[in-house]
Amino acid sequence: MADAIVSLRNVTKTFPGGVKAVDNVSFDIAQNEFFALLGPSGCGKTTLLRMISGLETPTSGQIIIGGEDMALTPPNKRPTNMVFQSYAVFPHMTVAENVAYGLKVTGVPADETKRRVAEALEMVKLTHLAQRKPDQMSGGQRQRVALARALVKRPKVLLLDEPLSALDAKLRDEMRLELTRLQENVGITFIIVTHDQDEALSMASRIAVMDKGAVQQIATPSELYEQPTSRFIADFIGKVNLINAKVVSSSASKVVCDAKGLGRIELPHVGQAQGDIAIAVRPEKLKISEAQPKGASAIATEGKVRDVAYFGDTSHVVVRCKDDLELAVNVQNDKRAGGAGVERGQQVWIHWAPEDTLVLTE
Amino acid sequence: MAQTLKPGSGPLDYGNRTWLKILFAAIFFALYAPIFTLIAFSFNTDKRGVVWRGFTFDNYVKAWNNADLQEAMLNSLSIAFISTIIATILGSMVALVLWRFRFPMKAAYEGVMSLPIVIPEICMGVSLLLFFTNAGMMAWSVNFVWPFNLINIIIAHVAFCFPFVAIVVRSRLVGFNRQLEEASKDLGASEWQTFWNVIVPFMMPGLIAGALLAFTLSLDDFVITYFTSGPETVTFPVKVYSLVRRGVSPEINAASTALIVITVVATIIAMKLQAPDKSGKG
Ligand SMILES: Nc1ncnc2c1ncn2[C@@H]1O[C@H](COP(=O)(O)OP(=O)(O)OP(=O)(O)O)[C@@H](O)[C@H]1O
Ligand SMILES: [Mg+2]
Repeated sequence: MADAIVSLRNVTKTFPGGVKAVDNVSFDIAQNEFFALLGPSGCGKTTLLRMISGLETPTSGQIIIGGEDMALTPPNKRPTNMVFQSYAVFPHMTVAENVAYGLKVTGVPADETKRRVAEALEMVKLTHLAQRKPDQMSGGQRQRVALARALVKRPKVLLLDEPLSALDAKLRDEMRLELTRLQENVGITFIIVTHDQDEALSMASRIAVMDKGAVQQIATPSELYEQPTSRFIADFIGKVNLINAKVVSSSASKVVCDAKGLGRIELPHVGQAQGDIAIAVRPEKLKISEAQPKGASAIATEGKVRDVAYFGDTSHVVVRCKDDLELAVNVQNDKRAGGAGVERGQQVWIHWAPEDTLVLTE
Repeated sequence: MAQTLKPGSGPLDYGNRTWLKILFAAIFFALYAPIFTLIAFSFNTDKRGVVWRGFTFDNYVKAWNNADLQEAMLNSLSIAFISTIIATILGSMVALVLWRFRFPMKAAYEGVMSLPIVIPEICMGVSLLLFFTNAGMMAWSVNFVWPFNLINIIIAHVAFCFPFVAIVVRSRLVGFNRQLEEASKDLGASEWQTFWNVIVPFMMPGLIAGALLAFTLSLDDFVITYFTSGPETVTFPVKVYSLVRRGVSPEINAASTALIVITVVATIIAMKLQAPDKSGKG
């Protein structure tokens, strides 16, 4: 990437004891991106972030920030700042002193420090708490101190390690919006680590999904949701019905396969497919009807409603079909009366369009 | 339940049981009666200090004006002051090394380091005396100008005080959140700036507690001081000992009471500072 602010080249980290926390990761992050590292617990997200910040050294590979190789640059000399998972706000300093710290130690003049601290506190709406000590503040407020403390340094890249995980649901939603707004205003590249897919999908402009130290896919939120490249990603991002299938024949734009519970179906697919594959379809793409759907183009199967869970705006229905195939269907509760319109034990038809189906060869 | 408790008394309300209360009282009496007697008799008007005759502050005035006691007290305070500073610096450096680094034989070093705490004072006194005599320091330190003539005692006191400082500071450091250090560096601070701005403020309560501990230990040490002091130098505990051999006087009671007060106050402050708190968890 030409305008990459952060470039990772074959970065690997093996901890003493043989744990390979990050395995041969390469990608570029562009200026002003809101980039998310997403993955299950222990997949190496924090380790990767710490290597970018310089707190951890890669076993092999290169990290380039702003065009410079960072191999020999210690964390205090890198144009990155980090918001730690546990905030790491200095307990013996007031909020204002915390925010001023990074400027003071690098010899920024006092009057400039004062102005920039005031600006940063304004930005995170903490001006009225400037003289408080951290132990008299809530988790959300401390998190904002950590944010202001990093932002005041005007880094090229801001690194955030699960910044919202310690907050309650409502505060998290607020902070999520605030972070996106802030990122647009300050024009700094954000790299955020999270294991919460909603967080990543709603905030990031691009997401790297990691598993066991390796990057599985890098894509925009909607690509990731609609075009996952593997079963792992399809399953990890959102809910999905994964159905095993066997390829009968494949051409340049189509696959014919025998799917469990569905019989022989024809799906649009670009690229090669053979042997055992999985087909994936999201629950909200499925339709329920009492009668057999007309029109031959849809994929359809019959089954018995096993479970209906009501969530207000939607209902989640589980239907058991032939060959023990269980399909999850999300039904919009768009009428006040009737809910999902089906009951447990009812015999129903499920159908969907072939183009809403994904063929996963990996 | 087989055993029913009296209303309002939980299983741990031992204070409610009469025999336990009596036992407590007896123990407290046995432990503190001598001290309270000493304090009480420091206000006694009787010259020989055996029978209670009346209340007075005269003994304190006399003790204060006694040139010998004055000199001894000045020596003791100087020794305590200097050795506390050295022991605190040394002890916290040891604590930092043990907290921060891994090195071969670390466990062994830790054990040896705290040896002065467990080996009998008398052995320590004898060994230090032998050391100073063989090194020739016993002889030549006598000719030094004050307070350098106290060098033997100061070295001895540093030797038995610094492990206490190290242990107190070390236990404080265990609660340090290493991410604070990382945050500091991430924000642009060097190792040295991080040390002074983040680690030292966190260590401070432990540092002060350790220093006060060292100060009280040094101030009232008798055995080791007795062995390592030359014939000319007298510290307060040594002086009191030599005076008591000629009979107890209310003056000594008064001076001892003053010492008790200093020690108790220092200890209380030290304990207060060591009490676990939530700061530093960041
Ligand atoms: N200092 C270390 N020494 C040895 N192993 C480590 C160290 N730090 C992390 N690991 C291991 O490296 C792997 C990745 O850890 P990492 O903290 O990067 O995971 P993570 O993706 O951030 O997980 P989480 O979502 O739980 O924070 C884990 O298996 C972990 O046990
Ligand atoms: Mg992590």
